[in-house]
Amino acid sequence: MAQLILNHLTKDFGGGRPAVSNVSLTVREGGFLALLGPSGCGKTTVLRMIAGFEQPTDGSIDYGERRLSDASRALPPEKRNMAMVFQSYALWPHMTVAENVGYPLKVRGISGETWRRKVGEALALVKLTDYAERRPAALSGGQRQRVALARCLVTSPDVVLLDEPLANLDQHLRKSMEETFRIFHERSGATMVYVTHDQSEAMALATDVAVMSEGRLVQLAAPADIYARPEGTVVGGLIGRGSILKVPVAEHAPRVLGWPQLREVIGSAPAGLHRDVLVRPEHVRPDAEGIALEVKACVYEGERFALTLALPDGQALKAYGDTAIPVGQKANFAIASAWRL
Amino acid sequence: MRSRPRWLRFSNAGVSRTSPVKPGASPAGEPRWLVPFVLACLFLLCALPLISLVKAGFAGLASGNSIGVLTEPATYAAIRNTLLTATGGMVISVVIGALFAFAVALTDIRGKLFLSFAFMLPMMIPPQVTALAWVEMTGPASPLLKTLGIAPPLGSPQPLYSLFGISLLLGVQHAPLVFLALKAGLSASPRDGVEAARLSGASPFRVFLDIVAPLAAPGLIAGAAIAFVSGVGNFGIPAILGIPAGITVLPTLIYTRLASFGSGTFGEIALLSSLIAAIAAMGLILQQRALSGKDYRIIGLSGANAAFSLGRFRVLVELGLAAILFLVLVAPFAALIASSLVPAYGVPLTWQTVSLRAYEEILFRQTMTLSAFGNSLFLASSAALGLLVVAAPTAYLMNRRKGVLAGTLGILIEIPYALPGIVLAVAFILTFAAPLPLLNVSLYGTIWIILIAYFSSFLAVSLKPVMSAFLQMDPSLEEAARLSGAGFFRRMRDVILPLVAPAAGASIILVFLIAANELTVSALLWSAGTQTLGVAIFNLDDSGSSDLASALSVLVVIMVMALMAALETLANYLPEGVLPWRN
Repeated sequence: MAQLILNHLTKDFGGGRPAVSNVSLTVREGGFLALLGPSGCGKTTVLRMIAGFEQPTDGSIDYGERRLSDASRALPPEKRNMAMVFQSYALWPHMTVAENVGYPLKVRGISGETWRRKVGEALALVKLTDYAERRPAALSGGQRQRVALARCLVTSPDVVLLDEPLANLDQHLRKSMEETFRIFHERSGATMVYVTHDQSEAMALATDVAVMSEGRLVQLAAPADIYARPEGTVVGGLIGRGSILKVPVAEHAPRVLGWPQLREVIGSAPAGLHRDVLVRPEHVRPDAEGIALEVKACVYEGERFALTLALPDGQALKAYGDTAIPVGQKANFAIASAWRL
Repeated sequence: MRSRPRWLRFSNAGVSRTSPVKPGASPAGEPRWLVPFVLACLFLLCALPLISLVKAGFAGLASGNSIGVLTEPATYAAIRNTLLTATGGMVISVVIGALFAFAVALTDIRGKLFLSFAFMLPMMIPPQVTALAWVEMTGPASPLLKTLGIAPPLGSPQPLYSLFGISLLLGVQHAPLVFLALKAGLSASPRDGVEAARLSGASPFRVFLDIVAPLAAPGLIAGAAIAFVSGVGNFGIPAILGIPAGITVLPTLIYTRLASFGSGTFGEIALLSSLIAAIAAMGLILQQRALSGKDYRIIGLSGANAAFSLGRFRVLVELGLAAILFLVLVAPFAALIASSLVPAYGVPLTWQTVSLRAYEEILFRQTMTLSAFGNSLFLASSAALGLLVVAAPTAYLMNRRKGVLAGTLGILIEIPYALPGIVLAVAFILTFAAPLPLLNVSLYGTIWIILIAYFSSFLAVSLKPVMSAFLQMDPSLEEAARLSGAGFFRRMRDVILPLVAPAAGASIILVFLIAANELTVSALLWSAGTQTLGVAIFNLDDSGSSDLASALSVLVVIMVMALMAALETLANYLPEGVLPWRN
């Protein structure tokens, strides 16, 4: 019932291009939205406007029936019943772990046995019960992250905001924290907005992915949709691996192109309008019936080889192979499917 | 659905209650009176005195009563002496300060913390005490030299009562300023940069010449400029060394003009202080020009230095530095202590003649020194605590707000920081000479005018530790508290104040330390009953009671060292850069 609605949201700090420009989207209750984009694309500004730290210059933010912010007024962050995991975790160094986690309860006037029980539950969920009396300085990065998460849990907020929460953790910890976030989302039922520049994080966690570029919302879709049917070169280049080829195809050609159509236009170079076509490496297969392409690079990645191939007109094409192919050799490949951007 | 707490309601009825904000402004969440309060305080302390000074200067020019001061030979002599002593002092400061800064920041000498601490002492010790100590160390009447049997014959001149003497002591007094500025600049030549140069094949000397020296240049220039400006505005040293020798500089000229009060005095001192301000501004403009194009930002790691190993020369360098410290610190204060222990002026000090009479006199007999203790303690503690009330919200606003407001606050704060203390004191005389409007009470001649002038003079001192505490505090710590539901005063109490408390403590001690020993401002603003410790030392020395002046100075130095030691115990809880002698 209570959706988080951003309506034509704009933020102009007054320096040329607006940081956020005309972003409209709706996060359904209990949804998990990932805001994805390169640094400087405005995703953090959107998050800070949802939290109430910035006020939009135009447009509005609503939670259900309630107006949270628009250009003329804003509900202060302390009255939004939201919680946030900051990139720096923002743990208060002068409080113990339990005091950090229990602070939102203390501010709401909850103390005594209820306070202890709720803090205990939150710490148990992030497996930090034994650390309750320590100071944040005595914890590792992953543990600090979990304290910050427990602080979000403790008051059952309506919306939980996460600002690149995994950016400061190493690869191994990231995987286990992703799992913790997923469990957290399932249990709390809170609406979550997650800012990241790492597309694999976004794909693994979110129910919806919003891709932003230069302050604008480029595409909003479920992870599988956005992978299979990206809109435009920005999303096509950002999500997954793939090669964007300039290929002469007709304007009203279907979006999904099969090998018969591709075979005609690749290699030969008929005149006509060239369009961007996305080819995923897993769709490039060795095929005796295919066309001969020269191998430009062959890199061992553990589970497979990553190949860079050269099309007859010189464009690069990424592919995977089960065996190494010496650089400079030609081999026959076919493209099972491609997506017109 | 979870039930929603009542305070979360934000219906359309509630909307009208929330304050309308300018479109695009960030919801700052601080009470509305905060910005006007800070702006009003800074206007009173920073802008108003400058406005009065400019007004009185123009009035003086217009009336023609005071314009004569600009053409008097005495004024020309004072300008010449000011320029000579300030420049000479700057050169000496740069030589000593650079030597210590390079040794402490770049080499592997031992006892760096001790050396830095000891080297900072001359800056913390009030100039009139430094001057007195040096006078007691040299000269024919020096009890120390007499005791050692190496005093020059009676009647020979005191060598420090000269332009050179004034320059030398200004140099010693302000060398720590060069040291600090240069040390900050040297942190821009990080270890990895030096190591990369070594791997490129450069010898240590080449590295120093090609990498370290260019990176250190901005710090050196900045330090030299501060030393020059401080020399121009110094009153204590030329007052003690120059007045007996008939050498007048601009600050002492203002002092004597104010003492012989006449009809055109206000206009005259306004013009003379404008001259000081102009010379100081000239120094700062020269610095700007010298610095242009030398903005080397720190790239990559910094902080790790000690890149040069001195090998066999280490002991030599250590001994050299210790010798300088002995000469500028230990010997003068040994002389000061010796002077405070002689039973009467001119009597040599032996184990038989040692007497605590001077201490007894100033602590129990002289009402003047007792009231000076009382006044200085009152002024210093009121300034230290009161300034925090201005400095903390100012630092908070300057860190949380960007744009016009932060810029305005920054400019206002720069005004008293750039003006020498003597100019500020004159500005306050001009501001408060007339009775206050509406109240019809005059602050002139009361202790309150000194207090307000202290507020203005030491605002920058008070602000710096608090400002760096805010700068080093992750803003998300406050944001997390806001999202937790804490309103302004709640998060001030629970999050912000505990985190800035050590810096606030340091700010209180630093202001107290400097204000308790201050002379320049109070020399112009005191009147009967409101003399400060600085004025008391100056007056005692002026009236020939050098033993009493020495005893009082010894007590002041002990207080300075005790307060610095108190700061040192706080060191682990303070943000970086608050304690100047710490790396």
